[in-house]
Amino acid sequence: MKTYYNSEDLKKFGNIGEFSKELADKFFDYYGSVFKEGALTAREKALVALGVAHAIQCPYCIDAYTKDTLEKGCTEEQLMEAVHVSGAIRGGASLVHGVQMMNHTKKIMM
Amino acid sequence: MKSLKAQAHHLSNSAAQLKVLNEGSFEQFSQKLKAINLFPLKPTRIQTFQVNLGKMCNQACKHCHVDAGPDRKEIMTKETMQQCIDILAHYDIGTIDMTGGAPEMNPNFRWFVEEASELGKHIIDRCNLTIILANKKYHDLPEFFAKHKVEVVSSLPHYTSTRTDRQRGSGVFDRSIKALQMLNSVGYGKEGTDLQLNLVYNPTGAILPSSQKTLESDYKKELKNRFGIEFNSLFTITNMPISRFLDYLLVSDNYDEYMQKLVDAFNPSAAEGVMCRNTLSIGWDGTIYDCDFNQMLDMKVNSTSTHISEFNLESLENRNIAVDQHCYGCTAGLGSSCGGQTA
Repeated sequence: MKTYYNSEDLKKFGNIGEFSKELADKFFDYYGSVFKEGALTAREKALVALGVAHAIQCPYCIDAYTKDTLEKGCTEEQLMEAVHVSGAIRGGASLVHGVQMMNHTKKIMM
Repeated sequence: MKSLKAQAHHLSNSAAQLKVLNEGSFEQFSQKLKAINLFPLKPTRIQTFQVNLGKMCNQACKHCHVDAGPDRKEIMTKETMQQCIDILAHYDIGTIDMTGGAPEMNPNFRWFVEEASELGKHIIDRCNLTIILANKKYHDLPEFFAKHKVEVVSSLPHYTSTRTDRQRGSGVFDRSIKALQMLNSVGYGKEGTDLQLNLVYNPTGAILPSSQKTLESDYKKELKNRFGIEFNSLFTITNMPISRFLDYLLVSDNYDEYMQKLVDAFNPSAAEGVMCRNTLSIGWDGTIYDCDFNQMLDMKVNSTSTHISEFNLESLENRNIAVDQHCYGCTAGLGSSCGGQTA
């Protein structure tokens, strides 16, 4: 069955250099540096990535960072808490616009 | 859970396992070694005698590479154990590493430990912890271990009960915690004693282990805070794609991805430090292998000396170590051995 997303494509991520090597090299170099241990641990960064993956709903990133966080020693509870942080921010982002709706309502209504 | 053997499962046959491992399009392990000038793989110096005292075990873990369990009856005889002791008395091999199954279920286990202890050898017992509580006759094992300064190495695949029980069986975590407390109470794992208690982490699924250092710190914090348990070191071990874990990988449709991950993560430093270079593995019937994994795949040593009754150290130290596709498990990432990371 044809689908827009194919889990096999995740393995081919590196192939994006085929059409533009210089930019791909720069991106992957940057990507590698971002995820190194720094002020945040590699594990903390992986959990942030898992949360972001859910916020942007990227199936490749969800697969990759589910495995990565587990391999970095996170528990199932920690993974789910990261997903809830993502959900809270997404939900909050919608709800905070309620203030804009209220402001506008109050402006145009008596 | 029944062993694969008791189920008459096709993967209880080592040839069937090797067939699966060689069917894929994965690069041959020997080619990887050739590329870094390590083929044929040669021993360094034999420092450890790892003796499998039998396949009988009070547990039947889902990932067990031995396919051990209560229904396995293979057990090392006292005569074979005596042959091991004679060899250890004769050669400068410093460590005897006892494994199984549950090695303590061998009726001559205590005699074997006492003999090795008299020879002044460093003794390791790979204890599954729950055996200590399995029967009254095992309750004093902590004191027995302490008397002979046995290093206790025990699997605890996670510091949470859900993950441990998922792999090792319902209730195993609680009983393991109780056994660890008993070991602590005689001094094991405590500062200021020389009684070594080391734990083993292996992943509860088709993933590679975490960094040993990071995970050890998690374990120490969690086990101390929740149960007051102390231990010395954590060894992280990669699950080998053989026996029950191979079956799990195939049934869960994780085999190809897991193997590819092992191949991609091949680490030359880990290959340099694989344990088969300084260890010999003795099967329950006295047959000699390069490691416990080769033993379970019935891959005997390439030597004129294939049984301890005809032990020849010179021939064994000059042998070519037998390798196959499962060996990727020991060379992936930070490496894996019975003593944890190797790179």
